[in-house]
Amino acid sequence: MTALQITRADGILTVQDMGRPGHLAQGLSRGGAMDRRALLEGAALLNTKSPLAAIEMAGAGGEFSVTAPTRIALTGAPMAATLDDAPLRWNASHLVTPGQRLRIGGAQSGTYSYLTPAGGIATEPWLGSRAAHLSIGIGGALRAGDTLPVGDDPEPDRPSHGLPPEPRFDGGTIRVIDGPHTVLFSDAVLDAFYATAFRRGPRGNRQGLQLVAEARFGTEHAKGLASDMIGPGDVQMTGDGVPYVLMAECQTVGGYPRIGTVIPADLPRVAQAAPGAVLRPRRVTLDEALATARSEADELRDLSGRCTPLVRDPAAIRDLLSYQLVSGMVRGDEFDATWPHST
Amino acid sequence: MSAAAPLTAEVLPAGLDGFIIRFALTPDPAAMVAARRFANRLEDEAPKGVTEIAPALVTVLVRFDCARTGRADRSALRARMEAMAQEVIAGPLDMPDPARRWTIPVAFGAANGPQLAQVAGAVGTSEEAAVRDICAADLRVLTIGFAPGQPYVGLLPEAWNLPRMAELNPSVPAGALVVAVRQFVLFGAESATGWQQVGRAAFRTFVPAREEPTLLQGGDAIRFAHATPAEIDTLEKGGDPMGGARLEVLR
Repeated sequence: MTALQITRADGILTVQDMGRPGHLAQGLSRGGAMDRRALLEGAALLNTKSPLAAIEMAGAGGEFSVTAPTRIALTGAPMAATLDDAPLRWNASHLVTPGQRLRIGGAQSGTYSYLTPAGGIATEPWLGSRAAHLSIGIGGALRAGDTLPVGDDPEPDRPSHGLPPEPRFDGGTIRVIDGPHTVLFSDAVLDAFYATAFRRGPRGNRQGLQLVAEARFGTEHAKGLASDMIGPGDVQMTGDGVPYVLMAECQTVGGYPRIGTVIPADLPRVAQAAPGAVLRPRRVTLDEALATARSEADELRDLSGRCTPLVRDPAAIRDLLSYQLVSGMVRGDEFDATWPHST
Repeated sequence: MSAAAPLTAEVLPAGLDGFIIRFALTPDPAAMVAARRFANRLEDEAPKGVTEIAPALVTVLVRFDCARTGRADRSALRARMEAMAQEVIAGPLDMPDPARRWTIPVAFGAANGPQLAQVAGAVGTSEEAAVRDICAADLRVLTIGFAPGQPYVGLLPEAWNLPRMAELNPSVPAGALVVAVRQFVLFGAESATGWQQVGRAAFRTFVPAREEPTLLQGGDAIRFAHATPAEIDTLEKGGDPMGGARLEVLR
């Protein structure tokens, strides 16, 4: 078993996977990664059949090392990453060997970044998932000095791969379908809601995040409403008419009216929006949403097909002249991130 | 609990992979019965593709496998839910017999229930009579939510239809038994609440390390048994998260 050592934790670091679905009746929400697409991208880059448990890094990364050679994938919100001092491409996989220092800086845009080791984080699962669920005391924030067990990399010699990142880190349009409570809102409020460019508010965490605008979007039916089942993507209207988008770790029931639900495909965009980013809700019909919906398994297949081996641009290699270009032993992955320390 | 006014049932899309079957918008007692009966029925004969059944107070969320449920299957599922919901509201609308009954020891009043006197006053009875009524009430787990395993328990008689407090109770401990709107909540962890604390149990609703992290299920019958503060303290210090609770399997 390989170990992943955390020598510094700068952001809020937690272990996350695709969560634990199926326990809503017991009051337990699915939880898991805030940006599920980033975990699928990690799996695609590492050539695994299903998403792995990864370290979710909110805001900033830290410093890491490994006890056995293992590939890692870096996905989600782009952060400046270096291996020893060589810059690493984001949205790519890289080999890390013992003794090397992997440094991951602050998010350049977006909020949630993911470090996925090729064997997956192998902590003890709880109800079939390794995801930390902070609000109920499952798992916790990782700290400097922590060591995580990691599955052995099944193919450490596989060359580094890259994947064009799907832009979702600076806000944008989010598609919203009607939900069970949409009819409780007047047409005027609905029209105003969908004509508003919201800013992602300062309040937000893994449970949900606030959308800020000058206008309020209340409904007279809010009072006396029975608590109902809620879930990620639901746009809950709090008592003062300020919307919150519910996220991965939301509660299972809530008493506020919900104006609609952000479709799963656009939830990563909401998760990644940093405070101040502009989010514009666009109302789509259920049929429109279903027409473009793909299962996560299909999404992983598509992403895998778009991964390509990393080829390093010679212009980006600082000391190209010192590099022995013609001395044989070409393996095909010299230009990956381990250069120049692998020789 | 029997229906007074005729109920309606709506089957509404909830996200891409779910329906919410709604029997009322407000916490109507007959709709609570309908939601429970509907959930029971669905659990007994879950249609193909259904992955999750989660009842709230007056609604039931049904989730299905979106990838394997095409347009036609989705329509068929919806029609099936609609038919089932119509049958449920046609009656009978009595709370179905419970499959299990929990008896949970609770210490009432004073430090264990700082708002018991206030609650008894609002109900129009004495503290002793209020405790007697609570322990005699035939209660059910109406739904579980807010936190894992945490039950909403009811319904108490109409006199107990107490509003939530405008000022939050800043902190009630794990095991706090709080009351409002004819219902109890038994808190799993320390929390702020707008409900009034009348008692405290040593029973813990959520124990992650336990093989079954949550024990209560929607529809379970609940009896609260009057215990002394010393008994609850001893149970709590004993460290058994069952807190002296007893489970009878009734059918």
